[in-house]
Amino acid sequence: MIIKNGTVYDPLNGIKGEKMDLFIEGGRIVEEAKGEVIDASGLLVLPGGVDLHSHIAGSKVNLGRLMRPEDHRKDPVPATEVTRSGTGYTVPTTYVTGYRYATMGYTTVMEAAMPPLTARHVHEELCDIPMVDKGAFTLMGNNHFVMKYIAEGNWEKLRNYVGWLLKATKGYAIKLVNPGGVENWKWGKNVEGLDDKVENYGVTPREIIKGLSRANEELGLPHPIHVHCNKLGTPGKFGIVVETVETVVAQGGRIHITHVQFNSYGGEDWATLSSAAPEVAKAINRSPGATCDLGQVIFGEATTMTGDGPWQHRLFKLTGNKWYNSDVELEVGAGIVPYTFKPKSLVNAVQWTIGLEVALLVEDPWKVVLTTDHPNAGPFYYYPRVIEWLMSRKAREKTLSEVHKAASSRSTLPSLEREYSLYEIAVITRAGPARLLGLRRKGHLGVGADADVAIYEFREDDVEGSFSRAKYVIKDGEIVVKDGRVVREHWGRTLWVSPPGELPEDAKADFEKYYTVSLENYPVEPEYLPKSEVIPCG
Amino acid sequence: MALLKGVVCPFCGCLCDDLEVEVQDGKILSTRNACPVSRSKFLSHAEDRARPTVGGREVGMEEAVEEAARILREADFPLIYGLSSTESDAQRLAVRLAELTGASLDNTSSTCHGPTVLAAQECGAVKCTLGEVKNRADLVVFWGCNPAEAHIRHPVRYSLTPAGMYRQGKKERFSVHVDVRETRTSKMVNQFIKVEEGKDYELLSALRAALRGYEVKEAAGVPGEKVKELAERMKGCKFGIIFFGMGLTMSKGKNLNIDAALRLVRDLNDYTKFLIMPMRGHFNVSGANEVLTWLTGYPFAVNFSRGYPVYNPGEFSAVDLLYRGECDAALILASDPAAHFPARSVRHLASIPTIVIDPKVSLTTKLARVVIPSAIAGIECDGTAYRMDGVPLRLKKIVESPYLPDREILGRIIERVGA
Repeated sequence: MIIKNGTVYDPLNGIKGEKMDLFIEGGRIVEEAKGEVIDASGLLVLPGGVDLHSHIAGSKVNLGRLMRPEDHRKDPVPATEVTRSGTGYTVPTTYVTGYRYATMGYTTVMEAAMPPLTARHVHEELCDIPMVDKGAFTLMGNNHFVMKYIAEGNWEKLRNYVGWLLKATKGYAIKLVNPGGVENWKWGKNVEGLDDKVENYGVTPREIIKGLSRANEELGLPHPIHVHCNKLGTPGKFGIVVETVETVVAQGGRIHITHVQFNSYGGEDWATLSSAAPEVAKAINRSPGATCDLGQVIFGEATTMTGDGPWQHRLFKLTGNKWYNSDVELEVGAGIVPYTFKPKSLVNAVQWTIGLEVALLVEDPWKVVLTTDHPNAGPFYYYPRVIEWLMSRKAREKTLSEVHKAASSRSTLPSLEREYSLYEIAVITRAGPARLLGLRRKGHLGVGADADVAIYEFREDDVEGSFSRAKYVIKDGEIVVKDGRVVREHWGRTLWVSPPGELPEDAKADFEKYYTVSLENYPVEPEYLPKSEVIPCG
Repeated sequence: MALLKGVVCPFCGCLCDDLEVEVQDGKILSTRNACPVSRSKFLSHAEDRARPTVGGREVGMEEAVEEAARILREADFPLIYGLSSTESDAQRLAVRLAELTGASLDNTSSTCHGPTVLAAQECGAVKCTLGEVKNRADLVVFWGCNPAEAHIRHPVRYSLTPAGMYRQGKKERFSVHVDVRETRTSKMVNQFIKVEEGKDYELLSALRAALRGYEVKEAAGVPGEKVKELAERMKGCKFGIIFFGMGLTMSKGKNLNIDAALRLVRDLNDYTKFLIMPMRGHFNVSGANEVLTWLTGYPFAVNFSRGYPVYNPGEFSAVDLLYRGECDAALILASDPAAHFPARSVRHLASIPTIVIDPKVSLTTKLARVVIPSAIAGIECDGTAYRMDGVPLRLKKIVESPYLPDREILGRIIERVGA
């Protein structure tokens, strides 16, 4: 296949809007090839999008679907000649999830929170998500064995256990959610800061973060530790992000702070809420190895779902909306609460400014990834709207004029002149996240790269529309989307890592005593990954 | 002879995964750790097997599959029902078949914990996995359920007697049974509370009131001081849980009973840690809800006649569709509705062309137009099942079977329906 005459943005290869041809064969980008020609004259050619933080599969996602028939009813998706039926809206069904990502030009997506005990469920759903390559991050920040080995200072056992758990769950990265706080939530409590004690274990969130970062780097995992910080969603607690970043960077680790918007709150309470994006952006700017994704708020319906049980309880108490809680033995918790972001709400308007401010204040676009923490701050298929806000100060000003005035007075957003270039957009939606995930064949269009290509008809007067419906999407060398419609159902691979590590002997006794499944039935069998690829460590 | 360990039991929602099964020459000789019901399922798996028939005449598999496809192709408003006693790949294909044929698709939860789903869709639920109970619970309430006879190893493995991380057995857990009559479960617990029939909602509401400090004189036949005592006990425990069964979901009030129970537990989280869990019956009824939900957005009672999933329990639930005589063909997968549905619904099922895919002879196979025998999931073929708390486990294939797994049969029907 030849993609002819497109305007190519390929940041990893230093290509900034050059007119050139691309050649595809055997699912890869090659030097020279024959076959079908796509005339991309006047079209924008980018690597397929890469989402490194989304909630698309597994027990909590499915609870989010189950509890919200009202959410699906307004967004039915009929079957077509090539596609299955399903429903949206904030938590789409698996097939619809794949189709909507592909339509938008995204070809790789990571599920950001996989409880080890229910990892099979995550993989079953990933098997039913077409179009994209996918993977899942294994939750570890409140794990019994992790906390036990950290309390003992036994780094070898910790490293072994972490390596084993990634393999057992077929996970991609180490995910921490409110480290230590969720274990305390299992007694109805939380932690208030990085140096609070976790009940019965005696460790602190800081020690958990440091320990897991150490294991992460010793194992040479492709992605940094992926952290949902303590005290998320709390006015005045932005300092926890700064401290968390500094703690990890000080010991030479890499750290990815996820949905940073939800942790960048100044003020003292909800009434005095203000943006602390400048402070947080400063910390990211000055810390080598620190990156973040936005968790950008989209006004409208959302379904909040996190592994942060105590936070979800608090959100339930704040809103009175329905509330699911789901605690998993020895490992994790989770909560789900539907939420509506309202433009005229002071809090929501300030929250909306924060994601954009971080994106505009972090100087290096390679340190920022576009996400909405789908479906927490809004559905993923609104990414093109975020792109428009980032590329156009005018678009931001328009929204600012429509939302609560606190957005202007309690944030620096109105004063920010920066406008993202297409090159920078290509960084924060594909090249950056691919590099951050250690996916060497993704996020770029150099020879040897996976032939995952998104081609857009770009119109400056409709940035959102341009990126919402790709003109063509090519996945593994096949045209899967044409004129914004899925024309071919394609099955991507599950990406996982296989670092060294065996389950420590002494863990077996704890397993017997405290779990309700036997050790031999715990690891996810190969049957759950019909198409997969192990991404190398080290 | 081989001794297989770590076998997952494909009977009830407990999915005990510590069974040992002795196999010789393709025959199951014995089981260890299994409860009597489970043992019987393993040891008699080869008995009472269905034969492939069309109109009562024994036929080859091909003919049975072809006739099944013809019936579904020609039907205007077919029903696909059951799903709860098979593995999740078969459930996924049942959704596909329903989509292709514009069918109504329902699983057995519409006659067991459907009301639980409806209530959770109103207010959510505070849930956990069973290990949380084993490790932490110091107060266990069984409400409208009878695990001693229906989920036999539940109290031993998960809820009442096991030693966990912070609780060393029964002595460290206070246990209560609330029900309309005493059962064997009442004998296992510290306290039995008799609720008047049909008045669970009243008692649950009284508990919510008592929690907030209101005085309760009497509720559902329970004296006020007993209500207050239970409310205080719930408030004062470190980690409490309510397990509930069909005594709550299928008695007067149905989903409103569950709504009250879910809200009581929600309220209790203002004071302490408290959770709630439905006692799911069939070994993979949870899975049926999960699979339908990730593929359609809805856990049961889904209809595809518009080309996309529409949800409406009462309209698209199997009992109701059959009761009103609306569907003109049915495919029953891994279930026996003729044994459980109201007579009028069963009469309609007998009057339309019905296809049954089931390992065993049942009342429903007796009235079916087409019977397609299948392998038993978890004994004769592998697959995934979801425990009552949502934990998915891999079912094992213990012995060979001359029958095809449900998933293969459905796959063949789908090929022919699509053709």
